[in-house]
Amino acid sequence: MRTTTLRPSPTRRRAAAIAATAAAAVALAGCAGSSTGQQQVTLDYWLWDANQLPAYQTCVDAFEEQNPDLHVRISQYGWDDYWRKLTASFVAGAGPDVFTDHLTRYPELADRGLVLDLSTLEATAGVDAGEFQEGLADLWTGQGGELYGMPKDFDTIALFYDAALIEEAGLSPEDLETLDWNPDDGGSFEEVIAHLSVDANGVRGDEDGFDADNVEVYGLASNGSGGVDGQTQWSWLAGSTGWTFTNADVWGTEYNFDDPRLQDSLEWLFGLVDKGFMAPYEEVGTEPNPQQALGSGRAAISANGSWMLPSYASLEGIDLGIASLPSGPVGHPVSMYNGLGDSISSQSEHPQEAARLVRFLGSDDCQVLVGQAGVVFPARPAGTEAAREAFADQGLDVSPFLDRVENQDTLFFPVTRSYGSITALVTPIMDEIYIGSRDVATLTEVNAQVNDMLAGG
Amino acid sequence: MSAPPLRARRATRRDDTRLALLFILPATVGLVTFYFWPMIRGLWLSLTSWDLLSPAEFVGLQNYRDMAADPVFWNALRVTALYVVINIGVQTVAALLLAVLMQRLSQSTLLRSLVLAPYLVSNVVAALVFLWILDFQLGIGNQLLTWLGLDRIGFFTSQTWAIPTIALVNVWRHMGYTALLIFAGLQTIPHTVYEAARMDGASETRTFFRITVPLLRPILGLVLIISVIGSFQVFDTVAVTTNGGPVDASRVLQLYIYDKAFAQFDFGYASALSVALLVLLMVVTFVQYRITRAGQTDLN
Repeated sequence: MRTTTLRPSPTRRRAAAIAATAAAAVALAGCAGSSTGQQQVTLDYWLWDANQLPAYQTCVDAFEEQNPDLHVRISQYGWDDYWRKLTASFVAGAGPDVFTDHLTRYPELADRGLVLDLSTLEATAGVDAGEFQEGLADLWTGQGGELYGMPKDFDTIALFYDAALIEEAGLSPEDLETLDWNPDDGGSFEEVIAHLSVDANGVRGDEDGFDADNVEVYGLASNGSGGVDGQTQWSWLAGSTGWTFTNADVWGTEYNFDDPRLQDSLEWLFGLVDKGFMAPYEEVGTEPNPQQALGSGRAAISANGSWMLPSYASLEGIDLGIASLPSGPVGHPVSMYNGLGDSISSQSEHPQEAARLVRFLGSDDCQVLVGQAGVVFPARPAGTEAAREAFADQGLDVSPFLDRVENQDTLFFPVTRSYGSITALVTPIMDEIYIGSRDVATLTEVNAQVNDMLAGG
Repeated sequence: MSAPPLRARRATRRDDTRLALLFILPATVGLVTFYFWPMIRGLWLSLTSWDLLSPAEFVGLQNYRDMAADPVFWNALRVTALYVVINIGVQTVAALLLAVLMQRLSQSTLLRSLVLAPYLVSNVVAALVFLWILDFQLGIGNQLLTWLGLDRIGFFTSQTWAIPTIALVNVWRHMGYTALLIFAGLQTIPHTVYEAARMDGASETRTFFRITVPLLRPILGLVLIISVIGSFQVFDTVAVTTNGGPVDASRVLQLYIYDKAFAQFDFGYASALSVALLVLLMVVTFVQYRITRAGQTDLN
């Protein structure tokens, strides 16, 4: 948004002379690229994940080397502050030129005309969806074919476990690889969760006399009620019955919370509380911390997203293993498939320059660098492979995450309008279902309200 | 610089109005810029539909009609009222006792500073510390309960306990400050009254209820008015500990306003909610003022 103009100070002639020389030098250097004149353009780039900051700094350094006329300033804010600051910055007209964007947020930004269609900008016009992992570009494509974000990474869900705890229970990590699940009796997945649950007297969940009210180790770690998307909580369960969030892959006009397959899946999951296989709401509250539960031995298995890999890998005192999600009634596991993108603010004074940055962030050059950092899966196959190797070097086999994408066992994140209002309505309701004070069948009425919001929003 | 004539003129003119205005000016600028102007703008916005980024659209009283039919709003009012009753009730009684103890038993400045200490801790920090202490699984508070042979309590995670817990956390933080205000009020009661009471053989309890409390009434009234206004606006403790949950059990009015505005971009409706809070506070303050007759004293 802001430009650093090397302007000679009128009062100090010497400084002026130096500045003039510098300006000339910049202008000369700028001639190599598509220079905008006698000034170096500064672009502001925002992201929220502190784990990824070093990787993107490396990327930006490489970009600046190739584009001497451009300077990129990276700012990182934590997830909660990020969206507040971004909203405020749009109002003040002082936001970033390029920012990391989320699937749940961009439809509202696009509706308000705050993000640019990348296909209208020179550098990003010819982007081919095939350059990225299957389907990622679709997630960022608007209803009229606009491209609102350049895919940068993706994430899926898998099961984290402590191998020592599994072996202590007489199981082997291989036993976790071939689990199946269904909403009626929970399949072999429930058997394992039951076996891994231990009460205060040392009785296991699948043995007689298990005290469900006095549990020491829960088979499955709780990550809360999951709100509207249940990304790590129930989307993979419901998804493996063939259920989808809405009536279309993206930009659906109706949600499917009235579907018995979802309601049965929720009933099974939150039913684990009464069985003593998952912690009650009372224990986890509004800020669940499943990695802490796993790390402290409070829970045996934790379903979570690939973006949490660095957090789980840093847990001390456990022998971390990763297994695939259980296979559902559709015959294979299903994971939610979510991806971040880089968007350009419509308030940017340098949209063409911003597009060059976005193109670079979405290129093999940058994404391989990010992959090598081993913190996240980049959106381009070459970047993904680099990440697989980087994680392998850390001793982590991440194929349970990547297999979902390779086999296309995925469920899209619900990209719809009015996400903010829908979240406000559905989140307390999902909490009630978790607490046990609301019947899942009432989601049918809730669904009607949600669809009204979509229609009206 | 002709200093002497200036001094001479000063001596004759005793009117300090201009100087006073000059001193008031900076505060007035702040008040107008950060209070009056936003308030007027808020009133206007409450009559519009505004998503912050596209121009506001006039919708008349629609937001207020929506509000009357919004169950979350009514729930927020109920939750806020419950919070205020617990918070102010416990805090005022505790602060009054503390203040009397400070006056009757000890004149130690160190003690007074200690009593004030929790108030110096920021709201967010206090809330976080209690969140850890009272954590269901790992908190030392629940550990104590189990040692005593009691069941663990989901202080911040059960619908019954969330509001009382938050209210009491804030009592802990504000009690000392309120006690100091009351203590200052106690200093205005002449010693002679207490001496007379002692001569007549009145007990400590009787003195408290017949002398201290009635003579303290204007101060207590003022303290109540100020603390009730603050109490109605509770936000940060809730945002840090429960974020309105479980379900809507601690979704106080301020949190709902914030959520409507910054999470749902419904600034018009959020403004209408804020106006409702303003009106509510004005009514409550007026009633309190009249009931406690805070403007009059019984000392003369």
